[in-house]
Amino acid sequence: MTALVVTGFGLNCEEETAHAYRTAGLDATIVHAADLFSGDVSLAKASIVHLSGGFSFGDDLGSGRVFANRLRMQKLPSGSTLVRELSAFTNDGGYIYGVCNGFQILVKSGLLPNLGGDHAPEVTLTHNDSGHFEDRWVVCGAPESPSPAFRGKEDPFAFPARHAEGKLVTRDASIREALVTKKLVALTYLDGALAPAVDYPENPNGSELSCAGLTDPTGRVLGTMPHPEAFLLPQLHPAFHTRARQGLASDVGDGLVVFRNLVAAATRARASATKDLSS
Amino acid sequence: MSLSPANVVTIAARAGAKDPRSEKIAQAIASHLGKAPKGTRALRVLASADNVSEKALRGFAEAAIADPIVDEVDVTSSYGTGKVGSYVHLARLPGLTDDEGRSAEHAFALYSGEALPVWSFHAQELVVFDEVVADETLRAIAHEVLGNPNVHALSWGALPFVPRPPVRARLDADVRVDVVPLPETDTALAALSKDRSLGLSLAEMKAIVAYFASPPVRAEREREGLSPSPTDCELEIFAQTWSEHCKHKEFNAIIAVDDRERGEAREVRSIFKSYVADPTREVKAKLDARGQSFVVTVFDDNAGIVKVDPDTNLTLKVETHNSPSALDPYGGAITGILGCNRDAIGTGRGGGRLFFNTDVLCFGPPSYDKKLLPGQLHPARVFEGVHAGVRDGGNKSGVPTLNGALVFDDRFAGKPLVFCGSTALVPALAAGEPAHTKDVRLGDRIVTVGGRVGKDGIHGATFSSHELKEGQTRGVVQVGSPFTQKLVADLLEEAAAKGLVVGVNDSGAGGLSSSAGELARTTGGARIDTSRVPLKYPGLLPWEIFLSESQERMTLAVRPERLEAFVALAKGRGVEAADIGTFTDSGRLEVVHGDTKVAFLDLGFLHDGAPRLSLEATVLAPSRTPSRAYDGDLGALLTRVLSSPNVASRESVVRAYDHEVKGKTVLKPYMGVRGKAPQDAGVMLVRHDGHEGIAVASGIVPRYGDLDAHAMAQSAFDEAVRALVSVGARLPCDAEGAYEPFAGCDNFCVPDSVYDADKNPDGKEKLGKLVRMAEGLAEMVRAFEIPMVSGKDSMKNDFRAGGTKISVPPTLLVTMIAKVRDVRRLVTSEWKAEGDLVFLVGETFDELGRSIASEILGDSGGFAPIVRIPETRALYTKMAEAHAAGLLVSSHDLSDGGLAVALAESCIGADLGADIVLPNAAHSPYVTLFSESNARFVVSVKPGDEAAFVRIFGPRAVRLGQVGGAGLRVHAASETLVDLSLESLSSAYETRLR
Repeated sequence: MTALVVTGFGLNCEEETAHAYRTAGLDATIVHAADLFSGDVSLAKASIVHLSGGFSFGDDLGSGRVFANRLRMQKLPSGSTLVRELSAFTNDGGYIYGVCNGFQILVKSGLLPNLGGDHAPEVTLTHNDSGHFEDRWVVCGAPESPSPAFRGKEDPFAFPARHAEGKLVTRDASIREALVTKKLVALTYLDGALAPAVDYPENPNGSELSCAGLTDPTGRVLGTMPHPEAFLLPQLHPAFHTRARQGLASDVGDGLVVFRNLVAAATRARASATKDLSS
Repeated sequence: MSLSPANVVTIAARAGAKDPRSEKIAQAIASHLGKAPKGTRALRVLASADNVSEKALRGFAEAAIADPIVDEVDVTSSYGTGKVGSYVHLARLPGLTDDEGRSAEHAFALYSGEALPVWSFHAQELVVFDEVVADETLRAIAHEVLGNPNVHALSWGALPFVPRPPVRARLDADVRVDVVPLPETDTALAALSKDRSLGLSLAEMKAIVAYFASPPVRAEREREGLSPSPTDCELEIFAQTWSEHCKHKEFNAIIAVDDRERGEAREVRSIFKSYVADPTREVKAKLDARGQSFVVTVFDDNAGIVKVDPDTNLTLKVETHNSPSALDPYGGAITGILGCNRDAIGTGRGGGRLFFNTDVLCFGPPSYDKKLLPGQLHPARVFEGVHAGVRDGGNKSGVPTLNGALVFDDRFAGKPLVFCGSTALVPALAAGEPAHTKDVRLGDRIVTVGGRVGKDGIHGATFSSHELKEGQTRGVVQVGSPFTQKLVADLLEEAAAKGLVVGVNDSGAGGLSSSAGELARTTGGARIDTSRVPLKYPGLLPWEIFLSESQERMTLAVRPERLEAFVALAKGRGVEAADIGTFTDSGRLEVVHGDTKVAFLDLGFLHDGAPRLSLEATVLAPSRTPSRAYDGDLGALLTRVLSSPNVASRESVVRAYDHEVKGKTVLKPYMGVRGKAPQDAGVMLVRHDGHEGIAVASGIVPRYGDLDAHAMAQSAFDEAVRALVSVGARLPCDAEGAYEPFAGCDNFCVPDSVYDADKNPDGKEKLGKLVRMAEGLAEMVRAFEIPMVSGKDSMKNDFRAGGTKISVPPTLLVTMIAKVRDVRRLVTSEWKAEGDLVFLVGETFDELGRSIASEILGDSGGFAPIVRIPETRALYTKMAEAHAAGLLVSSHDLSDGGLAVALAESCIGADLGADIVLPNAAHSPYVTLFSESNARFVVSVKPGDEAAFVRIFGPRAVRLGQVGGAGLRVHAASETLVDLSLESLSSAYETRLR
């Protein structure tokens, strides 16, 4: 089994992401998106499909939009589309994780949050309230959700957020309510008192529900704006030195926790789905 | 094409939704004009050519373009009918890169299954106001806030806005080659150079005349079926190849120096050779002899190359893009950074992956209030545009912007200096062959990849070698496409690893003429067919195709038997590749357009036939008047220094750059508990699975050059070195082995330094400063044994309009990289814990000349900081010892603003104060706190480590006090000199720059 880390067409966090999966104990294969669209690479051997950050197709028509159009509309040699293939993949125990541009792609292709099960647009990620791109570390909490990604860590997470279009906006109040009742907000920005952050800069973009990450009702599709793959070594934290002096630095970066959780869950789910098929 | 009003798609934020884009535009208008019109709304417009029906357009826009949650879409041929209000409309000029338009065509094909021709869509912008705005106000909004007539077709008026169909770029020129007879008289030759914008001097024109008159050349041309006189293309090739930009004529000139400082006359045979190349070669030989053979390639490729580990090389290049950034700040900066990226991956046979970018930007102050000259953009606007260009150029390419600097001076208000730096990591082997070498053979194909060629960027190389004049614009402005280039960069990495490419060159200034012309020297000839070059639109003349500087292109050498595989790979990766010619050994650069002969030139003459310049320089003695004493309130002075543009926090600027994509950035520009602590250097991991890192820092202090150009150059060099030493790098003399590089890149940017009695009466003195800067650099290179593996000079940084000239101060940027062996041992600038002891490392001298403090106090005297070479080297060795022993808890180098600023930054960054007692020094507290002497650090040490620390430094470090408390308190004897709370320090330091 492997993690397919998708790159190409302006995506650009594939190296560190592949390293994250490998460090978490799963083989990782960097695959050019063109080879997915052409059908040259199939999802059969994968337990996780990862859409990494970047500026796919230059974000020319809005972040992630062109890539999402292709997921939805481009016919594969099989006659299917990648959105349908990816859905089938999660039904077979596969996990999908999109970070930053990958999250934007998942949202704009309807794979997230997919409350209605029909990949209709329910939320979007749009321009930060600040109106500009920003690279800033954020503190995040992980409320209870169907996603296994953030389990087993008591303290809040710290990650870099690096985007211009990360503000989660829901279609209407009913969607917003459903996200809450179904517990699909898997990651929230926290303020200094470790409560959900409303204001800049703790909530760096003005997201509704202080949302930094979403999952789908199955817990197998996850998207986050912050970048766990950029915090694997503890030394990558901007206040590492002070934290270390105070005895607060951990042995691994918070990001590794996320990848370890995903790898464990996907490996289990994929193995049991394969067993179901063969039995 | 239909003449009826065209349909456009308009996309706006849905009513009631937060609309940051419109808010930003309203703010920009308000800050420029005092207030913004009521109800400012920004709309994205997609104009369609004649071939899409309204219905199809609407369905397409809703399904594939607009965001269904937050956008409001309309398709209209008259926007705002029946509404009261005004509009400003911006459309990029025909033929300029329009990525959004191209993306929309692809999206349409995906949506409808119908492929549209290129230029069917044109992305535009519309800004509407809810009130009728006076025509001259709209004009000001269009020209001075939103658009740039060099880039946009601008229109404005009262609503409704009635769009017209987009103009498809099309030139109705025939494909033809003109022969240009060379006149006989000097006057006519000079006029020819001027009329055709060749930028060639009379001596150069005469050399060309002599070439074409020589009997063997005449005979050969007759045999080849070419005219005895040059073709238009041939003249343009000479102009490009011999331009200052490409040939560095002044840097290679013979200079007669009248040195009044030493009272002697001497001759400099070539600044480049004597002061850059020779010292570096000597240092390389010395390092090689010691087994420190980390220098791989210097000077003879697009970037310098050093080894960082047995399997990996690093390329380093820093370029300037000053003139384009003066005309179109955004476009100039983005094409600058993308161009430098191409250099970094355009060495050897390619295979590199971009590692990080640097940006050092010199502007007029944002508060500049002198009357603007015709064609001069306000420094605040230049800053805004360049900043956005650097941001998009790096972020959209997935390359972290790791390090940089901002320098403000009135003299950068005409031409800004925009230094774009770039590095790439290259596997030492590409498909088993040394990646840093080119192996181009006879018969290899010449292949271009990337963007298509248009008329944009014609004469860029010759243009950048001129001073800027008002009204001189068209053709030189370009719009960058980081997306296109990202695809090219990814492709080249993959192709090199597969062994499909045997040589690469960036196609930047000078276009194919430069990139193919340079590659042609590998085999000794090339034949190129311009009819095979993919064009953005028809109608380009052959010489224009050959010289165009359209962006995002690279020129490659590919073996004929690998061509098919390469082209197939490129196609799959969404990159256009075209086989345009072949490498020969004819000794000639041959250009044809189908069956038409376009150029046939001797390569040897082309590259080595330009006559050398002879110039005159006068070296004046440095200014040495003492600085004035100051006995005012030093706390108040510190507040002013902290909030001055050259010191205040750059955090808001820097956070717009992604500095940690790739997940390798250990030392970021701003760190610490609140992310406010400025760091001396940036550091990135070489590999995700290792602990070795590369540190980068830059040094630039043009203001010292007003007093002493030599001291300025040495101070810039030291600034870069000491920043690296501060974080934990060690000098080559303290290092070992072949994989611990410490290397630099020099960029000289000077005003016109060629004497002319009328136009440039102080040209000799300016050139004298350049000579002294170069001498200073050479001494440092030799003494510190740090090779300059790459560099670039830019010579005519003047802006002239309406009889006024604004010239930049002579400026040297030194960019340095160094290996750090273990990023886990790096030291950051901010304090770490209460009770730690604070030391000042290094000696302070009365060197307040052109310091931040003395400029604020209006004191034009004082001595410029000099570098005391042996003492400095010895001190850095001690710093390396202290690092190795793990004694430094924090370290911050002293630069702009001196000790006072370093202490304040260490406090602000940690959110912890300090109690400081100034030693009984020879100097007044004012000098001690604000002098900008080189080679100094503020460090903090755990109390238990004091003895070990003192053992290393002895008298070269003095204890200043202790970390703690809620502010910075500085005492001397019994007097309190500074008592500032953390809040007041922070609020001064975080003064808005823009």
